[in-house]
Amino acid sequence: MIGKLDSRIPSGPIEDKWTQCKFENKLVAPANRRKHKVLIVGTGLAGASAAASMAEQGYQVKVFTYHDSPRRAHSIAAQGGINAAKNYQNDGDSIRRLFYDTVKGGDFRAREANVYRLAELSVNIIDQCVAQGVPFAREYGGTLTNRSFGGAQVSRTFYARGQTGQQLLIGAYSALMRQVGIGAAELFTRTEMLDLIVIDGKARGIVTRNLVTGKLETHLGDAVVLATGGYGNVFYLSTNAKKSNATAAWRAYKRGALFANPCYTQIHPTCIPVSGDHQSKLTLMSESLRNDGRVWVPKKQGDKRPAAQIPVEERDYFLERIYPSFGNLAPRDIASRAAKRMCDEGRGVGPSGQSVYLDFTDAINRLGAETVAARYDNLFAMYEKITDENPYKVPMRIYPAVHYVMGGLWVDYHLMSNVPGLFVLGEANFSDHGANRLGASALMQGLADGYFVAPYTVGNYIASEKQPVIRDDHEIVRSTLAGVKAANDKLKSIGGKTPAETFHKRLGKIMWDKCGMARTDAGLKQAATEIAALKKDFWNDLLLPGDSSTLNSELEHASRLADFIELGELMCRDALERKESCGGHFREEAQTAEGEAKRDDANFCHVAAWEYQGDGKPALRHQEELKFENVKLAERNYK
Amino acid sequence: MKLHLRVWRQAGPEKPGKFVDYDLDGISPDMSFLEMLDTLNLKLVRQGEEAVEFEHDCREGICGSCSMMIDGNPHGPDRGTATCQLHMRRFADGATIHVEPWRAKPFPIIRDLTVDRSALDRIIAKGGFISVNTGNAPEANTTLIGRDLAEAAFEGAACIGCGACVAACKNASASLFTSAKISHLAKVPQGHPERKHRVQAMVAQMDAEGFGSCSNTGACEAACPKEIKLENIAEMNREWARSFFVRE
Ligand SMILES: Cc1cc2nc3c(=O)[nH]c(=O)nc-3n(C[C@H](O)[C@H](O)[C@H](O)COP(=O)(O)OP(=O)(O)OC[C@H]3O[C@@H](n4cnc5c(N)ncnc54)[C@H](O)[C@@H]3O)c2cc1C
Ligand code: FES
Repeated sequence: MIGKLDSRIPSGPIEDKWTQCKFENKLVAPANRRKHKVLIVGTGLAGASAAASMAEQGYQVKVFTYHDSPRRAHSIAAQGGINAAKNYQNDGDSIRRLFYDTVKGGDFRAREANVYRLAELSVNIIDQCVAQGVPFAREYGGTLTNRSFGGAQVSRTFYARGQTGQQLLIGAYSALMRQVGIGAAELFTRTEMLDLIVIDGKARGIVTRNLVTGKLETHLGDAVVLATGGYGNVFYLSTNAKKSNATAAWRAYKRGALFANPCYTQIHPTCIPVSGDHQSKLTLMSESLRNDGRVWVPKKQGDKRPAAQIPVEERDYFLERIYPSFGNLAPRDIASRAAKRMCDEGRGVGPSGQSVYLDFTDAINRLGAETVAARYDNLFAMYEKITDENPYKVPMRIYPAVHYVMGGLWVDYHLMSNVPGLFVLGEANFSDHGANRLGASALMQGLADGYFVAPYTVGNYIASEKQPVIRDDHEIVRSTLAGVKAANDKLKSIGGKTPAETFHKRLGKIMWDKCGMARTDAGLKQAATEIAALKKDFWNDLLLPGDSSTLNSELEHASRLADFIELGELMCRDALERKESCGGHFREEAQTAEGEAKRDDANFCHVAAWEYQGDGKPALRHQEELKFENVKLAERNYK
Repeated sequence: MKLHLRVWRQAGPEKPGKFVDYDLDGISPDMSFLEMLDTLNLKLVRQGEEAVEFEHDCREGICGSCSMMIDGNPHGPDRGTATCQLHMRRFADGATIHVEPWRAKPFPIIRDLTVDRSALDRIIAKGGFISVNTGNAPEANTTLIGRDLAEAAFEGAACIGCGACVAACKNASASLFTSAKISHLAKVPQGHPERKHRVQAMVAQMDAEGFGSCSNTGACEAACPKEIKLENIAEMNREWARSFFVRE
């Protein structure tokens, strides 16, 4: 069992902590850096930026992705934008305000020191990206422009049409490919990490599978960096890319890394509603749409008239009504739950009654269709392609969907997990967003972690450790490799009748119904029983055709699903133990008279970090207490 | 809907390939093309057969993974649409649909509809970047870029690297792909110091990978899911000519 969790937060005032940390860090002399090897898994914003930056510094970098190119990472799909406390709009923004908004937005469940650093680094990110040629939106005078996002009363979001993630990722990808081109970084595409090699308690390498040839390999180094993204696909339907998965993080967990706050899931309010059983994923309509779109439902229950025939006085613009000071830009968790309440009251619209309107009529009348098109045309076009409805003419219909996970591997201030030498960046860690992430803050966090934090803190770790040389024939290297082979063989040997896809849908339904937008004690206990049954069926009845020595997407899916099932169990357990509501975690037992989330600071002002105890044994719950010294713990109010 | 599919099956790069016929029933017009293939795969797997391997991930037309010839058109019949955004309502009930991988020498087939497009990454690695190390950047607003210019740079930067342009071209030229990046970086002032080297290095790599030359037919532009314009190729040619006269 591990000892007390040490978050290694530097002493001193919050403004000086990061400067102090960098000053106290040990350095590796430039000429010595090439003697050290860093393994980076993932080429999304976090991984690509870390790999490029550390290769520039002179470390030997090996970087891995299961995609065919680093540019395909899920980060590419981010639409709306990236926050930074530049205060270009002269609207009173500052590092402190971004820090405050993020802590409050996270419902006081994030670590203050990390969040402050994130706000501080946000300004450097924009500088770096502009220098790389990222074509952010601009004013006629040539300066950068901004838009507003949820949970903020200032305009601090930088964007590149509705394709901000794409442009930022292409920036980081280009920087990485430049290092690959000069041989400073070695790139392994179509290569999936399947285990972490831990020797003498330290992360020293990984086991990978070449997805084309099936070959299993080991890679060894001085430190391992996971930037492997989030696990929202545990719900089967989510806005995540189809292949996003939890495997890298989960296998690190099984090697001793703690999993923090697994139940913190973000359900995004503006997604295209489910249309049928065939649906393979859900599509986000960017939060930026709430700058100009107005959310409403009919006042009357079961009102089936087309939107245009419902007069204004018979409409309930519920976000504007309930949260007058933030209106349609209320934070995601709050907006999602409000939409769910409307549908639960029988006032939802659309064929299933499971959606609400997002209406641009007023914006079109006020600004003209052309201005609206300049802001959102690609989103409108995407909506029309999927639904066959034109949002310039009829209001969009939206419903909440799983979008992001705040939970992830536990890390300290250095972004190192409790396993020394294992660093975790981006969505894969739990660090900065508490129980709810504000819009446009994930891109910020991924790039802050990759460009500006890990290059210093991984360097400090390398400089502080004297590592013995490990070779491929080391006993633990060989046994970890053998373990991966055995796990794949076990999947192949089941020989049942049910494809992975069917199990995944079944898991998704349990998670969405019982560990989704609203959770109860009874429901979570029920979910645990159902997942246990599902797990048993999976291991008895999986049907897995094909061969493991070629490209075999069924095998990839089954192996990732096995981990999702176990993660689902832990999520329900975490949700059950956290008997309060906070941010995205809503326990029906803990709500205010108006149906808002009710925190319990006396008992739950902490991070829950779970330690693996072996197959079939319940995980052990550790706590990291959270202290709020700079932002006063208060009820989160957006009214 | 009922469909008759003819899908290219090939077990590996060196293995022979052929069209295999499949009948599908119960397809909803609201399905995306990839969801239709998911349905086929589920059926095949249930019968203990190997699934058709195809690339996909975001299913929103932005990652550039999906890549297939549908009735001879890269990404199918609709303009400005990636395969993942194509919906079955676009096809007639009872239609026969041919599905093939990208066909181009620099894109060897890995399996079924999956090809190796890493040649495109190697072109970027030669010059598709601005050489600025992390930490080197000046304050963002010290670089002023007019709105129209920023928008024009975006047009090239919007490329998703899917390779449809190569698949559409009878010469398997990668000119549209390469020129989109060159034109993006030539438009913004940050990209200017390396213009000469960039165009020369990227074009040389394009040739080294075995991509053919451009004969200006415009098939690439028509196939591009991001509607990247042919003008980029003209701009690349200007950059190329210019590179022999300037010093950097
Ligand atoms: C539709 C959508 C829109 C969004 N819009 C915004 C927005 O506007 N603003 C914002 O701030 N955030 C947004 N987000 C959230 C944000 O995009 C993500 O949180 C963020 O991009 C995650 O980046 P990452 O680098 O941590 O991981 P990812 O981009 O998910 O990258 C993960 C990488 O790890 C690799 N990988 C994973 N596992 C393995 C393994 N086992 N072996 C090898 N490689 C592996 C993958 O190949 C990939 O390269 C959005 C999210 C979605 C779904
Ligand atoms: S799957 Fe991403 S572009 Fe089609």
